Amino acid sequence: MGLMTLDVPEASAGYSHYGVLARFETAKALYRACEAVRDAGYSKWDALTPFPVHGLEKAMGLKPSKLPFLVLATGLSGAGLGFALQSWVHILGYPLIISGKPLFTWPAFVPVTFELGVLGAALGAVLGMFAFNKLPTYHHPLFRSKSFARVTDDGLFIAIEAWDPKYDDRETAEFLSGLGAVEVEHVPIDDPAEDGEPGGAG
Amino acid sequence: MAQSQDNTQEPVAGRAPLIVGGYDFRSLTEAVAVPVERKTPIGWWFFFLPSLAMLGLFGVSIGWLFWEGTGIWGLNNPVNWGFAIVNFVFWVGIGHAGTLISAILFLFRQKWRTSINRAAEAMTIFAVMCALVFPGIHVGRVWVAYWMFPLPNQMDMWPNFRSPLIWDVFAVSIYGTVSLMFWYVGLIPDLATIRDRAKTRIRQIVYGIFALGWRGSHRNWLHYERAYLMLAGLATPLVLSVHSVVSMDFATAQLPGWHTTIFPPYFVAGAIFSGFAMVMTLMLICRVLFKMEDIITMRHLENMAKIMLLTGCMVGYAYGIEMFIAWYSGNPYEQFAFANRALGPYAWAYWIMVSCNVLTPQLFWFKKMRNHIGWLFISSILINIGMWFERFVIVTSSLHRDFLPANWDYYQATFWDFASLIGSFGLFFTMFCLFARFLPLVATAEVKTVLPEADPHQGEELVRVVPAGSAAEPTPQAAPAGGGGA
Repeated sequence: MGLMTLDVPEASAGYSHYGVLARFETAKALYRACEAVRDAGYSKWDALTPFPVHGLEKAMGLKPSKLPFLVLATGLSGAGLGFALQSWVHILGYPLIISGKPLFTWPAFVPVTFELGVLGAALGAVLGMFAFNKLPTYHHPLFRSKSFARVTDDGLFIAIEAWDPKYDDRETAEFLSGLGAVEVEHVPIDDPAEDGEPGGAG
Repeated sequence: MAQSQDNTQEPVAGRAPLIVGGYDFRSLTEAVAVPVERKTPIGWWFFFLPSLAMLGLFGVSIGWLFWEGTGIWGLNNPVNWGFAIVNFVFWVGIGHAGTLISAILFLFRQKWRTSINRAAEAMTIFAVMCALVFPGIHVGRVWVAYWMFPLPNQMDMWPNFRSPLIWDVFAVSIYGTVSLMFWYVGLIPDLATIRDRAKTRIRQIVYGIFALGWRGSHRNWLHYERAYLMLAGLATPLVLSVHSVVSMDFATAQLPGWHTTIFPPYFVAGAIFSGFAMVMTLMLICRVLFKMEDIITMRHLENMAKIMLLTGCMVGYAYGIEMFIAWYSGNPYEQFAFANRALGPYAWAYWIMVSCNVLTPQLFWFKKMRNHIGWLFISSILINIGMWFERFVIVTSSLHRDFLPANWDYYQATFWDFASLIGSFGLFFTMFCLFARFLPLVATAEVKTVLPEADPHQGEELVRVVPAGSAAEPTPQAAPAGGGGA
């Protein structure tokens, strides 16, 4: 699934910048700014925050996560495989009559079926979340920015990517400043010759 | 501790703060990250070295067990299950509070959980590790312990899935796996925090690898929060099932004293009870040692005391109803088993159990006692002693006098029984010390969401109150900041 690939589309070839990174002081300002960026029609952009800002997906116009469908599928698969395993073992694999009971004693299979269903669903939730989020992604242009290290502390950011159809080096930066950003910078795209530094310590 | 603001009383208007001390995002990061980054405090060694010594004892006792066999324990013919099973049930139970805090309180939107859920989940994982050791080592012929799992083998032999002992293998190992995943998912944003603050290359790389390149993208948070919610939803029935299945190890047997339908809910309540007592013990130490009295506040302790009171009363009710049903059943074997439990050779254990588990939490009816650090600490220890004895009473007092009086015997624990019990505490505390030293003790990203400034609509509620007469509730942020003129 390309888990280790960089979260930058092929289209990035030929761009000199990853895009514009703007820092906002408060969650409220970030929320308002996200609404404005959404309404301005940008599509290749992201909000980056140290904690999930409540309801920000609405302000960003994001669709709900599709993860629950995956979890339902993996959960049912886990339960189904678990039930099949037990039925196979007791009917075909190792048919032993115990206490004069029938071979297909399905009520006794319920606990293990349930447990394996939970295991399947939990694995689906975690691995599916990693896949949807392209984790691990150890290398990202945003880590080039010095101020971006604050994203896991108190920094609330919006990043608009250079390959967005509405993107313009100057206008987008001015647009974000106009929304109340306290810091606006252009983030360079990765230099493949240079080794990536996780954490962006420079 | 003394100057901390009191947040146990709800103010007349608004709500009491969940954390006190005037933290903002930055100082909160600082408060949680610095204990991970600074030089190891002396106090930590004070806890770590004795734990390590106890862990060593665990290793020795297991090694001797493997060499010599289960004869080193005090087991005898009617009492074929001793400390190993008592410890197993005890440790699985301890784990339950962590899942209750991290999953069930999450689903109930009890936001105070954010300060303690990380440590409680870690405790769950370490407790499950301790628990899993015992079924592994008590089987006698440890070299065939893998028969517990449905692995294809040259004998064409498979486990009996109709046996609650196999249900137990699945329930506890899957519980451990899911708890570990839940804990790790919660850790990712905080590992990224430590990575971004790292001063040395080694820290950057090690924490960086485990942080998976997390950069707080909201497109990621969207899936992350959904995954977290679903894990909570999955862990909730799972945790209830685990101790229910553990109880079925006993309840499906025909032995008087075990053959009881009340066991599943009774075991779950007891598990949460003992687990909260353990969280209380650990948090009381950690909040002082890591100077987190303003993050793990009096309110958190008081809430935990309330849950201990509730579950303690449920456990007390279960003890009462067990006695009642034994009498009401009219079954002489049941009646004897319970009379023997309260008045027989193990009466001393029974009354330790009742006084620790039923009487101790009753003092939590009083706010003064719920806010009394010393009493909270003492009661949490007493409750854990009581809950260990509960399992001891269930296992031994039921077994030692079964149907055939010629078989009756008394189970006397040996040195190696105690060594494995103390040793398992060594494993638990060693793991917890390492966790508290190297990983963020508090879920920083989650605690940040309960700070007032994390609310993107901060202060807007007041605006909404003014036009109280209007029918439709207007969303305050509905007006788009239509500056999009690009």
